[in-house]
Amino acid sequence: MGGILVYVLHYEGALNKNSLGAVSEGAKLAGELGVDCDAVVVGGGDLTNELLGTLGSYGAKKVYRAEGAEGLAQPVIDVIDKVIADNGHNYVIFGGGLLGFEIGAGLAARRNAGVTMEVTNVVVEGGKLIAERPILGDSQISRSHYKGDLGIIIGRINAFEVKETGGGAAEVVDVQVDYSPWSNQATMVQRGEQRGADVNIEDADVLVAGGRGLGKAEGFQLCEDLAGVLGGAVAATRAVVDAGWYPYAAQIGQTGKSVAPKLYLAAGISGAIQHKVGMQASEHIVAINKDANAPIFEFSDLGIVGDLNKILPKLTEAVKAKKGG
Amino acid sequence: MKICVLVKEVPDAAVEKRIDPSTGRMDRSGEKNLNPYDTHAIEAAMQLKEGGALQVDEIVAVTMGPESAVRALHKAVSLGADRSIHLTDAALAGSDVAATGYALAKALEKEQPDVVLLGQQSDDGECYTIGAVVAEHLKAPSLTQVIKLDVVDGGLRCERQAEYGYDTVQVSLPAVISVGDAINEPRYPSLKAIMGAKKKPLETASAADAGIDASLVGGDGSRVQCGEFKAPPAKAAGTIIEDEDTDATVEQIVAWLDERKLI
Ligand SMILES: Cc1cc2nc3c(=O)[nH]c(=O)nc-3n(C[C@H](O)[C@H](O)[C@H](O)COP(=O)(O)OP(=O)(O)OC[C@H]3O[C@@H](n4cnc5c(N)ncnc54)[C@H](O)[C@@H]3O)c2cc1C
Ligand SMILES: Cc1cc2nc3c(=O)[nH]c(=O)nc-3n(C[C@H](O)[C@H](O)[C@H](O)COP(=O)(O)OP(=O)(O)OC[C@H]3O[C@@H](n4cnc5c(N)ncnc54)[C@H](O)[C@@H]3O)c2cc1C
Repeated sequence: MGGILVYVLHYEGALNKNSLGAVSEGAKLAGELGVDCDAVVVGGGDLTNELLGTLGSYGAKKVYRAEGAEGLAQPVIDVIDKVIADNGHNYVIFGGGLLGFEIGAGLAARRNAGVTMEVTNVVVEGGKLIAERPILGDSQISRSHYKGDLGIIIGRINAFEVKETGGGAAEVVDVQVDYSPWSNQATMVQRGEQRGADVNIEDADVLVAGGRGLGKAEGFQLCEDLAGVLGGAVAATRAVVDAGWYPYAAQIGQTGKSVAPKLYLAAGISGAIQHKVGMQASEHIVAINKDANAPIFEFSDLGIVGDLNKILPKLTEAVKAKKGG
Repeated sequence: MKICVLVKEVPDAAVEKRIDPSTGRMDRSGEKNLNPYDTHAIEAAMQLKEGGALQVDEIVAVTMGPESAVRALHKAVSLGADRSIHLTDAALAGSDVAATGYALAKALEKEQPDVVLLGQQSDDGECYTIGAVVAEHLKAPSLTQVIKLDVVDGGLRCERQAEYGYDTVQVSLPAVISVGDAINEPRYPSLKAIMGAKKKPLETASAADAGIDASLVGGDGSRVQCGEFKAPPAKAAGTIIEDEDTDATVEQIVAWLDERKLI
């Protein structure tokens, strides 16, 4: 009895990187607590014994597998509820993303448990887990203590490092679940990607990222011109991707890509946490924003308070001149 | 058909948000306002009503919060809600996400809404998850961060961005949906609507009125205690340039980039 359970998300036969990080973290903490770390997956035929066995190398002992709808939170709540009822896990950990938030919170409601989201660090104190969450624009860190026999931890993306521990194949255990009626009242019509061209921002050394401050889709031309002379690519925020101004494949952040270029230059981006988590590993961060109080200045190496419409064209010319000279 | 919109009062955007060290809770003494993300939920309700594909008879704004939270309800009504419900009780103070969602679900149970709409996040707690908790208690299908909402086959067809791109999900009613801020451009309230807001029906409910089990709410009923804080690791402050003369600014940027061999 006892132990840590980690939800592992997958898509088209591949396990999610943040979930693997959560398994690695769960296994480390389980070691400190002297319990096991298990994983749980929900989906279809691509969840093979072979694929799931690989979770053992990140530290998972057992993998509970249930057949069910993919990409929706509520069926997973039913599965985890059943796994905990049968096996008595005391903690559930999720890597970052979106589904983990929905599953974790719904599970807290189902099992009358405590939940902490956006967790960047977990520590063991007195035989219990304490979850640490940056709050209020990352200006403070809140430490969550859990009461009762279940604590739910939803990580921030990229918070938990993926680590192979060299363990053997995990044991796969099939779970039969009677899904709640309301879990069957949502159906996936279409899942994943879409919205625009297939661009590659993950391999670029230089990224010029544009946000809502560009004002309109055409505003991205300013970013493309600068990226052109710097030899880089153009990236975007969710706000502008949702608005249809730029392709999803170029989005940085919680539900987009994680990048770590040599230079990341933001134009008209406020610096929301969900964007920051995808680019804070960049070597040099430059931001142009007309609002001196924009959160992005809190984590920029060079911040320019000003109008991007004035600065970007001149910057492009100046870089061009510098390169030519 | 009835739509309930959950709205919250938060510290105004202009107020620096901080934790009151004596209580370990949000300092709510400054200027407050309706959570800006919730205006998108109200607008979504208005568009469902005006769209005509669903016969929406009533939009009800619901909040849980202290006395001052009535102002968030007045604002919600000025933006289009027909009436409002204020769940308020000392026993509810200090509730975590699970307890808050439970309490709100109890208040909603009495209303039997066909659709419950929420904002994508509150501007203070930023937990993103109240919708998922409410849905679990109401035993209703649910989705968060929805940026496109259409009535299809008597249910809602929802689009949202998740970890692998854009998903389209069909949910039947009743359903609990939190909407992303890209879903719409909220309208401004008319002067007439602002003036009339206080005259629209407002019901005040205590925890007992809503049938809430007091042992499951408040600081004591909450399963997670988040009252302990520490400072994040210090980070060296970056260089800031105020752009007064753009030619000079650009020269400085180029020099900065060049020094780091980024050009
Ligand atoms: C679950 C979830 C997942 C999310 N995932 C992501 C994600 O993966 N990636 C992501 O980016 N976001 C994500 N978000 C959204 C995120 O919270 C922000 O809403 C988004 O990043 C804001 O985009 P923005 O900076 O372009 O727009 P805004 O926040 O609107 O900022 C625009 C900025 O432009 C500035 N500006 C305006 N005009 C000018 C001008 N002329 N010159 C200079 N500056 C100007 C303004 O001062 C402002 O700071 C997510 C949110 C949630 C809840
Ligand atoms: C800095 C900070 C960190 C916190 N961290 C945690 C934590 O890790 N775990 C935890 O369990 N609690 C936490 N809390 C407490 C939590 O914020 C409260 O329980 C709060 O009442 C609900 O969360 P939220 O406002 O963040 O909701 P969100 O889930 O961000 O809000 C989404 C939507 O729910 C609706 N809504 C939210 N609150 C109400 C309300 N009172 N009345 C009506 N509608 C509402 C609105 O439509 C809103 O747009 C934290 C609080 C603060 C101030």
